[in-house]
Amino acid sequence: MSVIWTMIAKRLGLGVLTLFVISVIIFGATELLPGDLAQNILGQSATPETVAAFRKELGLDLPAYTRYFNWLFGALQGDFGTSLANKRPIADLIATRLGNTLFLALYAAAISVPLSLLLGILAALYRNSIFDRTVNAMALSSISFPEFFVAYILIFVLAQSGLFPSMSRMDATVGFGEALYRTFLPALTLTLVVTAHMMRMTRAAIINLLASPYIEMARLKGMKPMRVILKHALPNALAPIITVVALNLAYLVTGVVVVEVVFVYPGLGQLMVDSVSKRDFPVVQAVALIFAAAYVLLNLTADVLSTLSNPRLIHRK
Amino acid sequence: MKDTNPAKPVLLTLRDIHIEGRSEETWSPIIKGVDLTLHKGEVLGLIGESGAGKSTLGLAAMGFTRDGCRISGGTIDFDGIDLRAATEAQRRGLRGKRIAYVAQSAAASFNPAHKLIDQYSEAPVQHGVMSRAEAERDAVELYRRMRLPNPEEIGFRYPHQVSGGQLQRAMTAMAMACRPDLIIFDEPTTALDVTTQIEVLAAIRDIVAQFDTAAIYITHDLAVVAQMADRIKVLLRGDEVEEADTRTMLAAPKEDYTKTLWAVRSYARPVQPPVAKGTTPVVSVRNVTAGYGAADILKDISFDIHKRRTVAVVGESGSGKSTAARVITGLLPPRRGAILFDGAPLPADYRQRSRDQLRQAQMIYQMADTALNPKLRLRELIGRPAQMYLGLNGKALTDRIRDLLHLIELEPDKFIDRLPSELSGGQKQRIGIARALAAEPKFIICDEVTSALDQLVAEGILKLLDRLQSEFDLAYMFITHDLATVRSIADEVVVMQNGKVVEKGPKLEMFEPPHDPYTELLLSSVPEMDPDWLTKLLRERAAKAGKG
Amino acid sequence: MTILINLFWIAVAIAVALGAGWLFRAATIALTRGATARMLRTAPLTAGFGMLVILIYVVVALFAPLIAPYAEREVVGAQFLPWDATHLLGTDNLGRDMLTRLIYGARNTVGIAFATTALAFTMGSILGLLAATVGGWLDQILSRIVDILMAIPSLIFSLLLLTIFGTSVTTLILVIATIDSTRVFRLARSVALNIVVMDYIEAARLRGEGLWRLITREILPNALAPLVAEFGLRFCFVFLAISALSFLGVGIQPPTADWGSMVRENAALITFGDVTPLLPAGAIALLTVAVNFVVDWMLHRASGLKE
Repeated sequence: MSVIWTMIAKRLGLGVLTLFVISVIIFGATELLPGDLAQNILGQSATPETVAAFRKELGLDLPAYTRYFNWLFGALQGDFGTSLANKRPIADLIATRLGNTLFLALYAAAISVPLSLLLGILAALYRNSIFDRTVNAMALSSISFPEFFVAYILIFVLAQSGLFPSMSRMDATVGFGEALYRTFLPALTLTLVVTAHMMRMTRAAIINLLASPYIEMARLKGMKPMRVILKHALPNALAPIITVVALNLAYLVTGVVVVEVVFVYPGLGQLMVDSVSKRDFPVVQAVALIFAAAYVLLNLTADVLSTLSNPRLIHRK
Repeated sequence: MKDTNPAKPVLLTLRDIHIEGRSEETWSPIIKGVDLTLHKGEVLGLIGESGAGKSTLGLAAMGFTRDGCRISGGTIDFDGIDLRAATEAQRRGLRGKRIAYVAQSAAASFNPAHKLIDQYSEAPVQHGVMSRAEAERDAVELYRRMRLPNPEEIGFRYPHQVSGGQLQRAMTAMAMACRPDLIIFDEPTTALDVTTQIEVLAAIRDIVAQFDTAAIYITHDLAVVAQMADRIKVLLRGDEVEEADTRTMLAAPKEDYTKTLWAVRSYARPVQPPVAKGTTPVVSVRNVTAGYGAADILKDISFDIHKRRTVAVVGESGSGKSTAARVITGLLPPRRGAILFDGAPLPADYRQRSRDQLRQAQMIYQMADTALNPKLRLRELIGRPAQMYLGLNGKALTDRIRDLLHLIELEPDKFIDRLPSELSGGQKQRIGIARALAAEPKFIICDEVTSALDQLVAEGILKLLDRLQSEFDLAYMFITHDLATVRSIADEVVVMQNGKVVEKGPKLEMFEPPHDPYTELLLSSVPEMDPDWLTKLLRERAAKAGKG
Repeated sequence: MTILINLFWIAVAIAVALGAGWLFRAATIALTRGATARMLRTAPLTAGFGMLVILIYVVVALFAPLIAPYAEREVVGAQFLPWDATHLLGTDNLGRDMLTRLIYGARNTVGIAFATTALAFTMGSILGLLAATVGGWLDQILSRIVDILMAIPSLIFSLLLLTIFGTSVTTLILVIATIDSTRVFRLARSVALNIVVMDYIEAARLRGEGLWRLITREILPNALAPLVAEFGLRFCFVFLAISALSFLGVGIQPPTADWGSMVRENAALITFGDVTPLLPAGAIALLTVAVNFVVDWMLHRASGLKE
């Protein structure tokens, strides 16, 4: 068992290191900005005095590495500095939006993960049947659609008739049931986008194994097709399935950007897009760091879980 | 075909079976109308070369075809049940319960995600033959009968925690779980080393006899089938050649094809005079220790290879014989020791060797499929070394390629612009030889060059190599695990075990006593055509063990 | 009831698409001979349809000025005019002809996506093949860099980079190509790693072949099939990524006609029950579906031939 723990510890260490390097990239990227940041933000018309004062306010008079570590330690304590656009603490801007984004992502995940596993297993079981072909063609199409196309079609079909709201406004007073209702369309959009991918990969991971001698053995022992798939193929297909699920969950967290914009949903993605157009660097950096952290964490979890799903690693000789 | 054993009732009858396989968009025949009758408790050996359709026919006896195959004609009758007319659910009810299957590679046929005992009890529990607890008790009993070590606890291990020979016995036990009437053994010992094979063969033979189970034993190895089967059926490209009881078949085969199969092992290279004392060997391996990571795979090995001589390096898997080849070619620089070529040391790493040093030592690989770039035509495959080392171009190069194709007995006009995928296995191996010859080397390493080939084809390759050796004064290092090959082609033998040379010397001495104990074990484990060989051997070994 | 009617029209559309695919396949089979025709015969109807669509897009993109009724940036009437005889698809939010913008969009959006994919592919596959062939420290360094870059979600990373470098077409192509080349690198490297362990590569190394010949003659021809399929997939990803960025307002900038921005500019119409803004989105979807259908067939062929 100790081998497993050292492996997991190594992965965790690598994850922390990756996050650290990413934070350097995210912070350092603004240093690449041609010209002076303060001048850039204030515009050419600003007097040298205002620029100098602004530089001092941003802390630009300090060396880059000092600013980086101040920023990093601040971020680790939840303090991301202040927004350039409206001078409010970034932490305040982010707090409720992060909750909203996670809510939407979890909502979509709760529908799409079970749905795609079920469809993937059924498609593998009835491979090359009409059911399989239909599900596959639909999946392939929905992978090919831009998210905003799916979103607008749903608005066109479901919001036109007044079934669901086309804008998902949220505030503190909205109850859980109401929140589920208001965010149904964005959640459905995300579900359609990620289900296709997960379902295809689940099907492929299982079908890949169906040519293995141990699957033939199970069939020659007279086992029923469903048992062959669930008991013999699925446990060995877990690693690729876990990986693709994690990848899509990570995608859910970051892929919300477009969906949030379409449905005017007050989440992190919308904040990021707004800040990009306002060139509000501190906010962009903060949101990018949060998204990257979520992404790295999910992939790390998948890595550890798929390691744990391998009997060769758990039960060593 | 008449009923050959009227004393026992018939269990299985296949009549005029036709099976087709799909390639691209068309169906082509694999089995072309074969009949088969099997009595209760009888063992039938199915023998043939690759592509003969042995496995396909064996599976058809269970009413089963692989994906992309279909039974297109004939009847299958198992104990009064028409397997072709039966529903899939009925056939499923028989499989694992009354007809069981033992696959070639137990390591691949056990599900890596479940313990052995879970896989053992699956069939009896799912078929409703016994409860889980009964199945587990029964498993221990069968593991004991299969002479597995620690029968009480071996079932609670995962497949990767158990050795290949033990897994194969565990799989036979699993097939026995429901006490079936019939077991299909599909090359159960082909993937095993000879010394391991013996134990598995003995265990299978005993348990089949104890439970009076009928069996179809599929193999390409005549000597193995001679030990196991009551009757033998020979297949060739989906057709039956002949069938007879084992002793008749071995003593007096009727058909020409069967006779050629029996005759294969007779080829032997004439004995060469000993090398004169003081001659400089072409290649000399001096006290080489080498390995990957921390472990030493080769431990202080030395041997010489002379001009016009073939040195066979023999050993089972893991003995280090292929690693020795990698050290000589410079792919794996040794930790200690050196390789001398014509008396002068070679740089340890191939990247430091001169073009001429690279040219002098060539290699022929076991799997011609992976040794030839599938996207290059023969012209380039063979021509490249000649172009690179000898600077040939244009007409001179084409002429040289044609000469080389002549040498390996392939028609130049027909073959020069083919891709490897348009060749048979034996032809591919010949291209591997031509590529080595194109460099005009002094020394060629042959790494298991015949082990992936059928016997007749392998025989052709051995004869060709032999002829080329005398024509071009070549020195050969012949890596093999097959002692029959050694007997036919070697001048000298190097026996390796666990990275050490346990014995070396001229071939004639090697095959005569006294032996090193490991050489003795290796030699005695090679199956012989005599149907009583296994029985005698086991008796001898038991007697020796009793004495010791 | 409306749902049933919708379903009916969807079924009609699918039937027409498959019929067109069948006709196109029959036509190409008739026009080609030998191995190509034999290969085309194995194409499913979806792939035939896909090839037809791709061909139409290419023609439209190449001959946009000849086909389009107006100039790309010309204001031809009032804003948001409905569909009529002079403006088949009406006008957009600035009063430009919608059909014209759609046609030019094929040239701009597809062209930029294609250029980006080609660049990403060249960088990624050269470095990937090199890393796998040379191995050692070069492989280690390149792989670690790619690991880090891939650990940042691509949309977020491109938003960050575009904020900094601005949103010209050149920066857009460079940023997306760089981010996407990491994915190509991964694939090229893993494909090449499977080839590098083959005996024929060992034979070539032992023969003393140089790196250039090793990659171009021994490895590349064997890696080509998966790489070509990957090109199709990567194109879809790049195309969707650029469209998403344009839709968010940080991709291709006005007044260039581009499908992603067209959706954004005219989105307001959707809430009034007008389908016009869905057309550019549909144009994007149709092309990616078409490419995916063709790639799916090629991947299926590649895996089928191995057995």
